[in-house]
Amino acid sequence: MSKSISVRYFALFRENAGIDEEQVCSDAKTAGDLFAELIDRHGSSEPLGHCKVAINDELADWDAPVNDGDTVLLFPPVAGG
Amino acid sequence: MMQIGTAVIDPDELRRELFDHAAGAYVGFEGWIRNLNEGHEVLRLEYEAYDPIAVKEGEKVIAEAREKFPLLKAHCVHRTGLLELGDCAVWVGVSSAHRDEAFLACRYIIDQVKVRLPIWKKEHHVSGISEWVNCEHTHE
Repeated sequence: MSKSISVRYFALFRENAGIDEEQVCSDAKTAGDLFAELIDRHGSSEPLGHCKVAINDELADWDAPVNDGDTVLLFPPVAGG
Repeated sequence: MMQIGTAVIDPDELRRELFDHAAGAYVGFEGWIRNLNEGHEVLRLEYEAYDPIAVKEGEKVIAEAREKFPLLKAHCVHRTGLLELGDCAVWVGVSSAHRDEAFLACRYIIDQVKVRLPIWKKEHHVSGISEWVNCEHTHE
């Protein structure tokens, strides 16, 4: 069964997507699956390892499971400092 | 303590909060906006952060520094919003009994903050082009 997941985009990903967030219906099992599924949206050729993901406001690994009702935050490569 | 915000960073004021009679050393780091990056003349920088996680992760970094080194106080502030040349974008300050641990801890905190916190910067070049630092720009 498809899951309903809220996805939020930041910085470059937000500009590429043209939106801050959206509700997606997905069969993705992991955060990495979801990232790959939404590649047309965030439009990045960055390797997964350069990006970060948070699920429900906690940093997560790309192989972390995504569940119905989750909020997934997609972070492009960081550049603090 | 980790803080993220748009307020101007005042290192002198922040430094005073680290005073401690047991401290024989204070090390501070200020990250400034410079006019050149990877061959591009920079006009200004725009910082964006996802505050809830940036603060949480920053607190974690500071706690790690405290575990690794015997510190008295440690504090980090990162600014967001539009910053001009010469502005202070990030400040780290630590106080400790001796200088070695203060130098090492300050270095540890700034290095980790740069790679772990969800903070992004967009460079506005003199040429009129803007780009997100560290990102590929391949969207059609």
